[in-house]
Amino acid sequence: MLVEEEKIKQQLAERFGLPAEKITVQRERRIWADVQAAEFGEIFDYAVDKLGFVILATITGLDEGPTLGVIYHIARESGIILNLHVSVPKDKPVIKTVSVRFPAADAYEREMVDLLGMQVEGLPPGNRYPLPDGWPAGQYPLRKDWKSDTLGKTPVSPESEASRGEEVKEDA
Amino acid sequence: MPEREVKLTIGPQHPMLKEPESFLLTLRGEKITDMTVRLGYNHRGIEKACEGRTYIQDMYLVERVCGICSHSHSTCFIQAVEEIAGLQVPKRGLYIRTLISELERIHSHLLWLGVAGHEIGFDTLLMYTWRDRELVMDILALLTGNRVNYGMNTIGGVRRDITAEQIPQILSTIDTLEERTKYYVQVGTQEITLRERLSGVGKLSKEDAIHLGAVGPTARASGVNRDVRHDDPYAVYGELSFNVITDDHSDVYGRTLVRLGELMEAYKLVRQILKQMPEGPIVVKAPRKIPAGQAISRYEAPRGEDVHYVKANGSDKPERVKVRAPTLANVQVVAHMLKDGYLADTPIVIAAIDPCFSCTDRAIATTNIDNGRTDRMDWPTLRTYGIDWYSKQGIDFAELNRKLRTMRESN
Repeated sequence: MLVEEEKIKQQLAERFGLPAEKITVQRERRIWADVQAAEFGEIFDYAVDKLGFVILATITGLDEGPTLGVIYHIARESGIILNLHVSVPKDKPVIKTVSVRFPAADAYEREMVDLLGMQVEGLPPGNRYPLPDGWPAGQYPLRKDWKSDTLGKTPVSPESEASRGEEVKEDA
Repeated sequence: MPEREVKLTIGPQHPMLKEPESFLLTLRGEKITDMTVRLGYNHRGIEKACEGRTYIQDMYLVERVCGICSHSHSTCFIQAVEEIAGLQVPKRGLYIRTLISELERIHSHLLWLGVAGHEIGFDTLLMYTWRDRELVMDILALLTGNRVNYGMNTIGGVRRDITAEQIPQILSTIDTLEERTKYYVQVGTQEITLRERLSGVGKLSKEDAIHLGAVGPTARASGVNRDVRHDDPYAVYGELSFNVITDDHSDVYGRTLVRLGELMEAYKLVRQILKQMPEGPIVVKAPRKIPAGQAISRYEAPRGEDVHYVKANGSDKPERVKVRAPTLANVQVVAHMLKDGYLADTPIVIAAIDPCFSCTDRAIATTNIDNGRTDRMDWPTLRTYGIDWYSKQGIDFAELNRKLRTMRESN
């Protein structure tokens, strides 16, 4: 039992010098790892390319108080999920996009941009998701200090919906 | 005259779409050269709402993420909660959960088959499959009390047991549905119009399906052998034997064949579940407060992999609930499938990933304008009311029905 999981844990620990308590085998097919933002890119690439975690199940964004957390849930075809957790400071919440490798990440990352105020470097231009165009800037619903009545106190600017319509008119 | 590029917006409200979403298509003649999707019109803030409610309230809330795969979402959510709480759900409870899962898959796939028929102008198929879908809806209502949003789950197990009297009813319905599905398989493989209309439409190569992260029947119809029930077994799937249906057509036709194949597998699974289901308790008592921790849960919904992440902080309310419904993974794939295709194929290509839309309940509440009284109508009353209402307008089907009956009897 857990042979494969322990092997992955060992490979990650050895290659990146991660302390043992930062990697947890929760149960069969579930591994959680806490990594530093600086080394995340390298570990992520290694996990995908060398350890065979080729499926991106989803990306979860979290408000952790002073930091914003991101968990990349990547899976092997055989069912093992590696949950890579990384934290970035709330006043400078910058992460790099993984949408080049996993185009599906586009939606998951935009979701974090809209709902948590994450800044994703390298995200290609495109429509926002899931909040409406004209949603007031600086309002991030999934942050813990945000309550639904916060919005009522902020003026809403109906900007980009109109510009989308114009763009269509011009070309038609 | 030189051909010009035309930009066409479809949605957020459009007769082609079953729910609000917006597509901006770039056309060159009848061919689509580019497409962008704008989503979020249905965003209801369920994840945020979950943080302010207790686990048991959240379970009912996430059941309403989708009107079709409601059991998928509630199961996916409570699996994560049960894992954090360290609950051992009794075997019988898990078997019942799995049974509802497969019945849900049957109703969802039959529904899809009807929608697909409708989108290509084959409405006879819609009428047939939706008639048959009523049979499985009746079984779901018999077992859970509801046609959709079953409320069967609870943290630690299920809320209702299955009685010995119900089992023959389920089995006989499954027999009927299996016979009918065999006919649809025949239609799917032998009916030339259907095959020709769907073949080569909405192409998605195996490489692209993997690269773009397609899930469910959409991926499996491009030869991607991925199914969470098989790869990361949950509930009792580890104890059941079934085939993961894949197909190499890599188009809408392939997606149709995969769903037909999955229907046949689902019938087998239902029989196995009923045969293997052990006696015993169906639920364990769950604590109101869930200890701090986190878990990720995966579930093969009819549309593909559903993912829920739950983080608990030791209170009776979760710290974070994250839902990744299968359509979000597949909607990116649609843009790719439409590219270089014809505008006229758009409805069926979009429908072929089976995007989620709501289903209505059969009982309706009516308010009498004169006296303000609210009445509930059940299905037979509603039917009688409908027939009466039409006959008052001068439309009477009684004569036609009588004629049809005589014709049938004389045959």
